[in-house]
Amino acid sequence: MAEGMTWSVTDGDKLTQAEVYGEVLSQLGERYPDLVALTADLASSTKIGRFGKKFPERFFNVGIAENTMFGMAAGLAQAGLRPVVSTFAAFTALRSAEQVRTDICYQNLNVKIISTHAGISFGQAGSTHHCTEDLAVMRSFANMTVIVPADGIETGNAVVAAMEWPGPVYIRVGRGFEPPVNKTQDYGYAIGRAITMRDGRDVAIIACGVGVLQAMRAADVLDRQGLSARVINMHTIKPIDRDAIIKAVTDTRRIITVEEHNVMGGLGSAVAEVIVENGKACAFRKLGVPDCYSIVGYPEDLYHHYKFDADGIVETVGELMRLEIEEDEDWEDEA
Amino acid sequence: MPLTPEEISELTQISWDIRKTIIETTFTCGGSHIGGSLSQTDVLVALYFKYLNIDPARPDWADRDRFILSKGHGGVGWASVLAARGYFDKALLKDFNKTGSPFGMHLDSLKVKGCDASTGSLGHGLAIGVGLAVGAKLQKKNYRTYVMMGDGELCEGTIWEAAILAGHHRLDNLTAFVDRNGLMIDGPTEKITTLEPIDEKFRAFGWEALTIDGHDFAAIGSAVEQAQSVSGKPCAIICKTVKGKCVGLMEGQAQWHYGGLNSDLRDEALKSVDTYYRALLG
Repeated sequence: MAEGMTWSVTDGDKLTQAEVYGEVLSQLGERYPDLVALTADLASSTKIGRFGKKFPERFFNVGIAENTMFGMAAGLAQAGLRPVVSTFAAFTALRSAEQVRTDICYQNLNVKIISTHAGISFGQAGSTHHCTEDLAVMRSFANMTVIVPADGIETGNAVVAAMEWPGPVYIRVGRGFEPPVNKTQDYGYAIGRAITMRDGRDVAIIACGVGVLQAMRAADVLDRQGLSARVINMHTIKPIDRDAIIKAVTDTRRIITVEEHNVMGGLGSAVAEVIVENGKACAFRKLGVPDCYSIVGYPEDLYHHYKFDADGIVETVGELMRLEIEEDEDWEDEA
Repeated sequence: MPLTPEEISELTQISWDIRKTIIETTFTCGGSHIGGSLSQTDVLVALYFKYLNIDPARPDWADRDRFILSKGHGGVGWASVLAARGYFDKALLKDFNKTGSPFGMHLDSLKVKGCDASTGSLGHGLAIGVGLAVGAKLQKKNYRTYVMMGDGELCEGTIWEAAILAGHHRLDNLTAFVDRNGLMIDGPTEKITTLEPIDEKFRAFGWEALTIDGHDFAAIGSAVEQAQSVSGKPCAIICKTVKGKCVGLMEGQAQWHYGGLNSDLRDEALKSVDTYYRALLG
């Protein structure tokens, strides 16, 4: 977090990610007189409307016109303002991908995007309202920073940090009714720096978003089975914390990624790129939504169905532990 | 105040030079969107040499008027105007389209001085213009935002999203031009998808709308002045133009949306332009 930047939300551990960011943004509105907020008829759904209630003259609801909203945000940034835009992830990353890429990222403009209802967290709504592609899309846009906070508290920290982070930033939040993994906001959050939630030597679970909670639950179960699992909260997908990944490979040689996203193109792919480029062998599994359009259902049921809840992670760790890992020459040196 | 005959003569002389630059650059760069660059030229010349409150020595001046070429493929024409206005040395245009050059067919705002927005994908510029116009009002700044769209570009739904929003916010500091040359890549706009009545469409969206001859400086001048004086709503100026204007072999020809010139065609085009302007200026 930027020095001197604070926010306070009463009962922050009981609020959804979106509720926290709505509150935090309202507080940042006082700190930043140039902060303007935009949404496309989702003021209440995304919670950006809380800023609008406090600063109506700096709040623009463009109607159901996402493409124009992102173009307008580019213009506002060019006018010297600090736009924060919020809509559902599916609309940001799919409908308005071109405006985000061409109007905002190509011109490297200071626009912060908070996309809600990401992944399959709006499970009952069906695939038109799911978004399991946004990380793949957004991380392929040059100049874009991509953040997936683990819970409401981290969402607050990420929004605050994004204000002082140059260029476009994409912050992805779910519907977020899960309990938080952080009890306090003071844990040294910084964009691009992964957080080791618990240490372990047998396997490393690298997760983002709701995957962090699932990984923590899995680690508890594994602990009872006598297995020591490291849980890494990889909240920034881009720029990714290469050192944390390489250290996890070196220390554990077993890596599992967990994300609420298509297993192609998101966190798992980003981690795999680092591992392969580094050249050190390890056992590796990606958990997330397989390459399909999700079935409809409650999010927690879907996480279970696609085996990236705690049960699924434990099962996959079991598979990895049974694998014979071919030890390379320097295995002993570094184990 | 209407343009004086001297001012019109001066702008005419400038547009003559710029059309020749466009032809020369098209020859050296291997190919350009020359047809639409020639149709938009007179409006751009009037803006950059008479109406825009700008300072080429300070391209990032916060209070400058903004111009967005939403029909970004007119980049070779826009760059020719920016060079003539003094944003950069015209000699740099020799590298247009060349590997590593700051100038591609669609101008990049981070690389080309005076280019207020990177465009090229149609349908984007008006929304950016809305953002600038809203931003100016929010910051209580007096600068104005001008956006030029192609007529074929009006097929893009985002133009009309942005038009609704501009009307809603009563953006009287926003002026949009439509380069109504009547042709898109595949032929006449009205044959491919009916756009008329364009002025009535904008009026229905809460805009003032004017239709003028986009090659007549007196008409362009009075329309811009009228747009500046309209209160409480944005203004659209539909400029009737000729694709390939002043080059006989290209005028009204859809196939000259994009094209290259060999030295014979370049000479013929330059001669055509000279003939046109000599007759005009007497």
